[in-house]
Amino acid sequence: MGNIGKKIKKIDSEAITLGKPIYTEDLAIKNTLCVKLLRSPHANAIIKSIDKSRAERTVGVEGVFTYEDVPKNRFCMAGQTYPELSPYDRLLLDKHVRYVGDPVAIVVAADEKICNRALNLIKVKYEVLEPLLDFEKSETSHIKVHSEEDGTFFKGSKDFVKYDLSKNIVGEINKVFGEDPEKTFEDSPVKIEEEYTMQEQAHSMMETYRSYSYYDHLMRLTVITSTQVPFHIKRQLSVALGIPASKIRIIKPRIGGGFGGKQTSVTEIYAAFATMKTGKPCMIKLSRKENYIASNTRHKMKVKVKIGAEEDGRINVIDLDALSDQGAYGEHGFTTLGLVGDKSLPLYNKLKSARFHGKVVYTNKVPGGAFRGYGATQGCFAVESAVNELAKKINMDPSKLRLKNITKEGETTLAYNQNILSSKLEECILKGRKLIGWEEKYPSKVLSNGNIRSVGMAITMQGSGIANIDTSTVNIKLNEEGDFSLLISATDNGAGADTVLSQMAAEILKCNIDDIITISADTDITPYDPGSYASSGVYVTGGAVVRAANKLKRNILKEASEKTGIYFGDMDLNKGMIMTNTGKEVMSLKDLAEELSSGAEGKTIMGSGSFGSDTSPPPYVAGFAELETDILTGQVKVVNYVAVVDCGTVINENLARVQVEGGVVQGIGLALYEDVVYSKEGRLLTDEFLQYKIPTRKDIGELTIDFQESYEPTGPFGAKSIGEVVINTPAPAINGALLNGIGTQFSKLPIKAEHVLKKIIGY
Amino acid sequence: MKISLMINEKEYVTHVKPEGMLIDVLRHLGFTSVKRGCDSSSCGLCTVWVDGLPILSCGYLALRALGKNITTIEGVQEEAKKFGTFLAEEGGDQCGFCNPGFIMNVIALKRQNKKFTDEEIKTYLMGNLCRCTGYASQMRAIQKYLEV
Ligand code: FES
Ligand code: FES
Repeated sequence: MGNIGKKIKKIDSEAITLGKPIYTEDLAIKNTLCVKLLRSPHANAIIKSIDKSRAERTVGVEGVFTYEDVPKNRFCMAGQTYPELSPYDRLLLDKHVRYVGDPVAIVVAADEKICNRALNLIKVKYEVLEPLLDFEKSETSHIKVHSEEDGTFFKGSKDFVKYDLSKNIVGEINKVFGEDPEKTFEDSPVKIEEEYTMQEQAHSMMETYRSYSYYDHLMRLTVITSTQVPFHIKRQLSVALGIPASKIRIIKPRIGGGFGGKQTSVTEIYAAFATMKTGKPCMIKLSRKENYIASNTRHKMKVKVKIGAEEDGRINVIDLDALSDQGAYGEHGFTTLGLVGDKSLPLYNKLKSARFHGKVVYTNKVPGGAFRGYGATQGCFAVESAVNELAKKINMDPSKLRLKNITKEGETTLAYNQNILSSKLEECILKGRKLIGWEEKYPSKVLSNGNIRSVGMAITMQGSGIANIDTSTVNIKLNEEGDFSLLISATDNGAGADTVLSQMAAEILKCNIDDIITISADTDITPYDPGSYASSGVYVTGGAVVRAANKLKRNILKEASEKTGIYFGDMDLNKGMIMTNTGKEVMSLKDLAEELSSGAEGKTIMGSGSFGSDTSPPPYVAGFAELETDILTGQVKVVNYVAVVDCGTVINENLARVQVEGGVVQGIGLALYEDVVYSKEGRLLTDEFLQYKIPTRKDIGELTIDFQESYEPTGPFGAKSIGEVVINTPAPAINGALLNGIGTQFSKLPIKAEHVLKKIIGY
Repeated sequence: MKISLMINEKEYVTHVKPEGMLIDVLRHLGFTSVKRGCDSSSCGLCTVWVDGLPILSCGYLALRALGKNITTIEGVQEEAKKFGTFLAEEGGDQCGFCNPGFIMNVIALKRQNKKFTDEEIKTYLMGNLCRCTGYASQMRAIQKYLEV
């Protein structure tokens, strides 16, 4: 039918580009109450007393709530499927505040102005405690961010996660593969030992976190919210507010960017609580500053890498030791840590030995959460930077070093023992070399103005959904006029999941994409799906779409068979018609549906399909950076960035391309611009676009994106994921280009002009 | 105080405080295309036109617009649709939260009816941040739109 591989426009593009009211805030009714939070100015403090009487008496204020007024149910804001591996360490409001920005009171009032006035009138006395800000000291610190006494508990298996409050440990992982890593390292003639720190990148999505809630006609608590995980939010609200999940409905409208941030519930609980208390529609909307100081970030991580290799470049062992900064609450701590090793070690399979050890620890800082790449980004930066060091040390072209060591299609890996059924990584590297002009440009040259042009590269992998955990269900029905309704709960965050999934359904039902009405996501209506994270949309939900559409098709043909006596296997669908395989028209879908819409034999034909996978097939990227370094200022400009991607079958070329471009630019921001600064007292200072600089269109040079399709046999139409993997390569590739240009790499991000200049002039 | 504003060639009577910003008045009147992305006049999401020139409505007092013509994307739907089609064909609409402000600036650029280099286009639109697209698809769409 030709719906796959096409440049089909996003199905919501017209409403989006015409500025229609489709986002959370646009959907709130007039006179919705405003919810605002009083936030802690201290990184670690105990509330001694709160006087809210003057705030409560302010005209227009509907309620002021403190820790004394809220349910005492511990919960967790990470949107994750059972078994949850994040601790239940939050209260709606707590007497103990654990970072600057932690909520102290909830104010509900007629409008924002009144809210702000009331916030100023709340008097809080704190006992200020010493904060724990250095994650490297967390484990041995006398400061305990959480304690058993404050009710924190872990729901999953403590032994598995190694959760230990007495040492501020959120989780610990130790995995050894093959021979003894120490010995293999010692025996290797070439040794690399480095450490790399990645900062707490902020999502900086354009639509800040916001939620709108009200009671519907059945007096059920309804929350329209900008989220990636509607079903998880439903569970969290039920736990935290102590009401049955059946009384809660979560609706996801269009959302203005997520990048993983909206896999954590940041605002839903406050809006829902305010509606419970006032009975009225309530909305909370974070300011840009709150979005920075009081939501979640990429986990800051320090990763130590040891590589042992032969003189000819064969890598014998990779040994990783990671320390992850969790901040004040434990969301996504253990699972993010896991991906550091999971998504870097299987890239290479000539290894005799590999190890991943890591710990994630609490501090009194903004909590870590899910961010596109989810640990793989941190692991990729460390491992690939170290591999570039190795190439330099043995004087080998880094792209050839990769080609010598990578895992290829049909092979298995030592670490994590994966069967790689689809990989065109080798071709990606070769194509990337061509596109950037590697032969002529590697390693560097000096321009006539003295500036240095250099190239560098890195490779990466991610997964497609979470193996053995993610399951998605999709329903499709034939409507009475012959069109289809597709019910999915993958939460399109702007990247186009709704469109791509509709394309898949249209391909199987052999119809036009416009014949499909796509409904997503509403916990009352659309079937269970974990939501959009872990790069699951195309692969997991897509897998369910394929099964549901095939089932529906079969049911339609069976129905037609009953009516006509033609064997159902001898018929197929074609553009709204049921045809025999010899090309004769049997009847139109419209006629069939209409006939079935009434009478004693009437019915609606439906198809339902579920998909989960025991593997998480990796997509791959080979990324190449060409830099120009200004030797007088240290300014680094990415002149061209080449990314060649193997995401299996490309379902929609345009949408895939923009995923790559957007991810690469976020990766360049991470490498060069996005600086995170805390004050000595633990206040985040980079809390506006003026301080936290995301790339503008002037900062970005050329982007050269290409695909090298493989065919993933377990994926829908051979597809794998693309959303996350694309952010990983820029940081190590840029670092590698600096190595090839000015002769040295950097151990910390972002790499700023002043750091580069210091290295150039050598002090 | 009670004032009347010309928005998209229609008159609206509304109450504003002296310190009220245009963005809030517009949203209150139902022009929900106007988005807020920051509190420091640094994202461009709130871009509308006053007398045909793009301004940041988050930093523009509503009172200053008295007697002037305000235009939001609701008032230039034809042009928005034209450019929006190019943008969507490149996959550059993405989450779309930055789109109304960005598109208002692109249409203003087009209305100048001049030839621009890519660098000039980038400079003109530098204040319009986008976190989703990486800007390249937007650029391809602009180049096509400026050609027709
Ligand atoms: S809202 Fe950001 S510039 Fe106006
Ligand atoms: S499209 Fe999402 S911010 Fe631009």
